[in-house]
Amino acid sequence: MENTVLETRHLSLAYEGKPIISGLNLLIPTGKITALVGPNGCGKSTLLRGLARLLKPHIGTVYLHGADIFRQSTTTIAQQLGILPQGPSAPEGLTVRDLVAQGRYPYQHNWFKSWTPEDELQVRKALKTTDLNQLADRAIDTLSGGQRQRAWIAMTLAQDTRILLLDEPTTFLDLAHQVEVLELLWDLNQLEERTIVMVLHDLNQACRYAHNLVALSNGAVMGYGNPADVMTVEMVQEVFGLACRIVPDPVTGKPWCVPLGRQRDSGVNQHNI
Amino acid sequence: MTTIQNSILGNQSVTRVLLVVLLITLAVLGMSLSLGDYSVPPADIVKAVLGLPTQDPESSFVVVTLRLPRVLISWLVGVGLAVAGAILQGLTRNPLADPGILGVNAGAAFAAVTLIVLFPVVAPMYLPLAAFSGAFVVACLIYLLAGTGEKSPLRLVLVGVALAAIMGAFTTLMLTFGQISNVSIALVWLAGSIANKSWEQLWQLLPWLVVFVPLALLLARELDTLQLGDAVAKGLGSRVTWQRSKLLLVSVALAGASVAIAGTISFVGLMAPHLARSLVGSIHKNLLPVTALIGGLLVASADFLSRTLFPPTELPCGLLTAALGAPYFIYLLYQRRQR
Amino acid sequence: MNATTTNPQRYYTRILSLAIAVLLLLLGIFASIAYGAADISISQLLTAFTNFDDSTEHIIIRTMRLPRTLIASMLGASLATAGVLMQGLTQNPLAAPGILGINAGAALAVVVMVFGFGISSPSLITLVAFIGALLAAIAVYYLGSLGQGGATPLKLTIAGATLTALLSSITTGVLVLSERTLEEVRFWLAGSLAGLDFNLFLTVLPWMIVGLLTAFALSRQINVLSLGESIATGLGQQTGWIKLATASSVIILAGSAVALAGPIGFVGLVVPHLARGAMGVDYRWVLPYAAVFGADLLVWADLAARWLIKPQELPVGVMTAMLGAPFLLYLVRWQVKRG
Repeated sequence: MENTVLETRHLSLAYEGKPIISGLNLLIPTGKITALVGPNGCGKSTLLRGLARLLKPHIGTVYLHGADIFRQSTTTIAQQLGILPQGPSAPEGLTVRDLVAQGRYPYQHNWFKSWTPEDELQVRKALKTTDLNQLADRAIDTLSGGQRQRAWIAMTLAQDTRILLLDEPTTFLDLAHQVEVLELLWDLNQLEERTIVMVLHDLNQACRYAHNLVALSNGAVMGYGNPADVMTVEMVQEVFGLACRIVPDPVTGKPWCVPLGRQRDSGVNQHNI
Repeated sequence: MTTIQNSILGNQSVTRVLLVVLLITLAVLGMSLSLGDYSVPPADIVKAVLGLPTQDPESSFVVVTLRLPRVLISWLVGVGLAVAGAILQGLTRNPLADPGILGVNAGAAFAAVTLIVLFPVVAPMYLPLAAFSGAFVVACLIYLLAGTGEKSPLRLVLVGVALAAIMGAFTTLMLTFGQISNVSIALVWLAGSIANKSWEQLWQLLPWLVVFVPLALLLARELDTLQLGDAVAKGLGSRVTWQRSKLLLVSVALAGASVAIAGTISFVGLMAPHLARSLVGSIHKNLLPVTALIGGLLVASADFLSRTLFPPTELPCGLLTAALGAPYFIYLLYQRRQR
Repeated sequence: MNATTTNPQRYYTRILSLAIAVLLLLLGIFASIAYGAADISISQLLTAFTNFDDSTEHIIIRTMRLPRTLIASMLGASLATAGVLMQGLTQNPLAAPGILGINAGAALAVVVMVFGFGISSPSLITLVAFIGALLAAIAVYYLGSLGQGGATPLKLTIAGATLTALLSSITTGVLVLSERTLEEVRFWLAGSLAGLDFNLFLTVLPWMIVGLLTAFALSRQINVLSLGESIATGLGQQTGWIKLATASSVIILAGSAVALAGPIGFVGLVVPHLARGAMGVDYRWVLPYAAVFGADLLVWADLAARWLIKPQELPVGVMTAMLGAPFLLYLVRWQVKRG
């Protein structure tokens, strides 16, 4: 399909000898935000790493614009697809500006350093988009969690790729910063039509910000499509083993999962939502 | 395996392992007493040990005066090094720790080598004392520099490596400028050897093991708690700093005493706990006794081989433990998955 | 330099530090040539170059001191650069070229050769040492790459430490067996610049230059690699090749150094810390600075080695230990933040 930018066919991935994903066929639509959700150990991080060519599959492969990702030069891929793994760490003392500048690596072909106006432009743009101009000369390890995450995102922005893969970009951030990062990703998608694939822990955030939801369990796809279609009580029960109620969220109207839990009497009639 | 193990004997498989290792050890010890330059039939060994007259009058001398102390020392040294290693691996939360990394061996080596090179005449008499002093001084330095606080497991390793490097350099100085014959002797000691050890050394070594090995066993539960991390351990009521100090002391005492008597024998403190862990798991109440026995077996075997592999040459015992240990360790490396 | 990273103040600080290091080096070279066992005045020193007249003093300066000083500079630069690369490759602030097994391999090769064939020409020793270093390092790198993830920092460190221990044990074993070998080899084993053949140095020099150039050329790549394997791959770097190239550069640099002058420690361990402290985390600055400062350290250390117990000479390897050791302890005590 022309509106599929990333595709896996019969993808089988193993980690530390254990098979995590077997025979997976998955389509990632162009220009949309796709969220990968699922319980711990379901393989969503593994899948993302496979999509980013960080993990080599023993069966099957990943296609980027119809071409086998493992047969292309890694630099070519890096110009089209950027990945932000979980919990990256920067060397002590590295400044925000230096980190963001590293994002231009795939474009620097000459042996002798060549910093083109294009490179300069991209870095400036990245810093501006993530609102890091004030902090550009600060060392990364002196920043707060949210600021640090923004710096790493800025680096992948400077890489100027049509596709962005992010592994749990909001974990360990406080709520305000989580929303900040997600809103940024939303804007990038809306304004620049970048394709975004992200692994998210929070189901409700996934429903709110993603056009396309992929629910994984034990390495297999249990739900795929529009959040409104995928997010059902049955799906949540099957994938997460969680009893819940799905209601429209009061702000956007998107599906909102409210876990039932054991009834702790708070005086509210549980049938009355 | 039951979830609650009240005593060592309460767990069937651990007991079985202990018995098996003990039996193999006795066999090796027996072989060691029997074979060599001078063959002694098994019956004579028993008689000699019991003090009864033997068929061949020489046997008694060979067994009791020459071999028995040596064999026992090798076993005890193995026990000491193995337990010291197990404690260190627990303290540093690093399964790759070994008494050698603490620089304790290097400190003992420096003191011993200096003594041998500078005062060769009195060396044999004061060697264990010197070696132990060297080990102790380094241990104090480590304690001062690494402390027993939050970051100490990492700092322990780093300080140990640094001190080992420094001691090594000074030892090299001694070896380079000392009189060649003395340096030769010092090298033998450095290579780890149990040749020519007598009852005297056995009595010097024994008290350390008799005191500190049981202490280690008593501290086994503390070691388990420390594995969970400082925050959790404190939450469980453990006086973390105090426990760490005690454990460090026991480890250094055992390693120091072993090195003082037998020189630097490598890899035992590293290998034995790993072997034991694969047999009985990581609960230290089970791990420590099994580690001790396996360590004893390892060094006793190495000593036996060092004597009998290429007669009449005696290989340094430390060379054999390294030859056995390194490939095993590489194998471990291959098995160990990326963290 | 790219426009966005130019922070004028930082740039000038770096230039200044670099200038100071270069100045120290020039001073050191001058002092090293000026000082020696024979008393030679400054004017004679200068005329040795401007108005060479075949006098003994001039000959000493041009054929002994100048070459020795130049050798010391190149050795120092090579070792320090190799150290920076090693610490980057293993992400371990206590890594040194020696842990890739380079020094141990060289030592074993030389010892075995002397044991089997007696002491030989310096060029043969150099060749054998280099081969030993090369084989050991290849073995370590191969072993460290086994299993998943390729050559991770942890696996490299462990493989290196293990192989080093094994090779050292065997070396000690051989030396124990043969006092003759010990006598012939021990000075070399301590690392010394005395009496080095300048022509030999000239044959090794191209290797060192290749190694240094490779290192500087890799600096940008190492910057990216230090962000982590995943990020580097995500940015399109061929991490496997970069790591291999880095390791190769280390082997060439450290291998040449040990082949020429025997194992000299501490330079590769300590100078990288200084360089990172002065220059930050950008390898494009750290590497050149380390090269200059390494040259500094060794030139001054050699001077001290010649001066301290004159007219005798200390092996320079001991001198670098004596200078480096306190600094290392300071580092570990006050500077260690991450492992």
